[in-house]
Amino acid sequence: MKTLIDCHKACMVKVVKLNAKDELKQRLISFGIMKESLIEVLEHAPAKSTIEIKVGKMRVALRAQEAQLIEVEKV
Amino acid sequence: MNEIDAKACPVIAKHIKVALVGQPNVGKSMLINSVSNAHLHVGNFSGVTVDKTEVLFDYKEYHFTVVDLPGTYAFTDYTIEERVTHEYLCNEEYDLIINVMDSTNLEKNLQLTSELLSMNKKIIIALNMTDEADKEGINVNAEYMSELLGIRCVKVSAATKMGIEELIDGVVKTYEQEKVDSKLIFSEAVEEEIAAIVEYLSKHKHQANNSYRNIAINLLKNNKKTYSRLHDDPIWTELQPILIDASKHIELHHNSDDIKEAFAEEYSSFNRGVVAEVVEQKALEVKATLTDKIDRLLIHSFWGIPIFLFFMWGLFQLTFEIGAIPMDYIDMFFAWLGETIGATISNDDIRSLVVDGIIAGVGAVVLFVPNIIILFVGIALLESTGYMSRVAFLLDGFFHKFGLHGQSFIPLVTGFGCSIPAYMSARILKNDRDRLLTLFIIGFMSCGARLPVYVLFAGAFFSAEMAGNVLFAIYISGAILGLIAAKVLKLTAFKGADEPFVMEMPKYRLPSLKLIYHTVLTKTMMYLKKAGTFIAAASMLIWFLSNYPHNLEVVKSYEIKIENAQSEDEKLKQENSLAEALLEQSYLGQIGKFSEPIFEPLGFDWKMSVALQTGLAAKEVVVSTLGVLYALGADVDEENKSLANAISKHISFASAVAFIVVVMIYLPCLAASIVFTREAGHIKYFFYLFFFTSVTAYVMAFLAYNITKIIV
Repeated sequence: MKTLIDCHKACMVKVVKLNAKDELKQRLISFGIMKESLIEVLEHAPAKSTIEIKVGKMRVALRAQEAQLIEVEKV
Repeated sequence: MNEIDAKACPVIAKHIKVALVGQPNVGKSMLINSVSNAHLHVGNFSGVTVDKTEVLFDYKEYHFTVVDLPGTYAFTDYTIEERVTHEYLCNEEYDLIINVMDSTNLEKNLQLTSELLSMNKKIIIALNMTDEADKEGINVNAEYMSELLGIRCVKVSAATKMGIEELIDGVVKTYEQEKVDSKLIFSEAVEEEIAAIVEYLSKHKHQANNSYRNIAINLLKNNKKTYSRLHDDPIWTELQPILIDASKHIELHHNSDDIKEAFAEEYSSFNRGVVAEVVEQKALEVKATLTDKIDRLLIHSFWGIPIFLFFMWGLFQLTFEIGAIPMDYIDMFFAWLGETIGATISNDDIRSLVVDGIIAGVGAVVLFVPNIIILFVGIALLESTGYMSRVAFLLDGFFHKFGLHGQSFIPLVTGFGCSIPAYMSARILKNDRDRLLTLFIIGFMSCGARLPVYVLFAGAFFSAEMAGNVLFAIYISGAILGLIAAKVLKLTAFKGADEPFVMEMPKYRLPSLKLIYHTVLTKTMMYLKKAGTFIAAASMLIWFLSNYPHNLEVVKSYEIKIENAQSEDEKLKQENSLAEALLEQSYLGQIGKFSEPIFEPLGFDWKMSVALQTGLAAKEVVVSTLGVLYALGADVDEENKSLANAISKHISFASAVAFIVVVMIYLPCLAASIVFTREAGHIKYFFYLFFFTSVTAYVMAFLAYNITKIIV
């Protein structure tokens, strides 16, 4: 199983499953992060504590803990 | 319209109340500003508007009330500001919704729209940022979109004021026309279930305000309100099994056990369909956008933080260096004003009130307007370019170690300007514990009103080349102290799980000069207004407290000494000690003397003690108190008139350091404390804050005083 935090910079992936619970899941969905959506990893903050991704046309910052809850696969 | 009717209810007849709704950072407030010439605060990050604001204006024969609601990604009540919007939309009376969208990102914006559609309200869509879309080669076919959604869509641009009239005309038309049902279509499986429920409801002639279709959708989406409304209805027993079956069917269809997720996917595929039909994207060459390029540098995993620190250092250098240029002139102006006005007043007491009280007090505060303006320009740039969110991204990892949230950075930075909006903007934090923690820390970010105190002391004890660095050091050490305090609080008072960090990073935008100008002007005028009203009144009060009671015996005893003085020097010396003696036995002197023992271990004389106490009302009053006290006091040496000189002469370096430390840490001003209490939700938090800041300030100042004494 691969999650978003395992992805390298400039890597393009597809979301397979959201393992987040209720509220956080709703939040991710409202940002357009849901099954089948395409995500590009843009940047890692120092020590990979936070990552910046691009979903659709929007840039989103996620903490490593949250990124771990997003299962992805390579496209 | 019938004339009698119009007279009977002139307001209701032509009044349209509009709720302005949209996702964060799509330009809602800016749109209101360009419609109505209001000056709502605008920035480039999500969470600028945290509370609803009403704006009134007239257009043709209608009175409009536009309610600017905080941006919300979806009806999830994730944060307090989103809850404000959701509750307003569900419970308040209004005529229609303007749904503002960012034309450059329709697909995401439509997510919220699809939720709005299931409410029984008239909606009009404002396709904002059309100018930006044009630049990016995006063309939205508004007519076709109106047709597809069954909602009027108008292209506008709040920035260039394009399409504003069309939008208002559209609002009037939508208001006058009957509500049209939306054309949102789901997949076959969902449509089947909706049809089944609609059929059941119409068979039983269920009474409701909303359409059967919307009720069915809301039931399937597990909407709590719809549920509780139907729960007491006799049909519920029969309806419930239908619903359970329907949910199972839909979940099976979506291969998910979460009906909300299933619906989100439904909406998303509908939205993708709409976007595919109405948006025409010119094939631009695939090259990195400007935002990509800037981000590559500014959020670089190694250089990002040094660059940010450099910006901050530069800001404080500018604040001091450029701010110092007009200061001499302002100082000269108030000295001249004092002399000129003083010469026209014959009564000694009144002259002293005006010159030593009001002019010295207000002048001491107005002196720092140039510094304040530069600081505010810096903060306005940070807010409006989109850099703020980048810094939140860079610092989240670091902040997280101290128990703070990356998004805490936004209220904290706002705190450098003024604590009041900072307390308000902490609403972007979802979790109450994180929010409270941030509220407690905001005070450590020295606000603009404390800047005068720092500039005054830095100027008094350091050369002009060093003063900017000293200023930067003061702010940074305040921030570091804040982080340490956060860690301590997180480990003790606010233990608990962390809030997730999921934040939108807006596109970089070049802020318009007009926007910066308005933001800075509004804030500067507020500062000046405060100086002219509150500070002037406080200065008068302080003057009174420091002049009365008049002790005639002291005056008499000195008069003899002064008359007997042999030389001019001797005479001057006696006059000085008379002023000092009078000041010491005044009300303020008594208060100072009374509290002096408390502050003595920190190396403060009674004047400094008094200035700190009056500073509880407002931080600028610290400076104006010192101004009044030293204007009245011993310093009559003509060449050393300025307050900075008086301070460097009368206060030791170690005491000054301790004084700065107290000002950095202790309780924010009265107005800010009130807002703090309101945002924290209970008066007990105010007492915690008072206790927490006072103890910290005292201990830190004690350490600073003694360490400085050893070193220097």
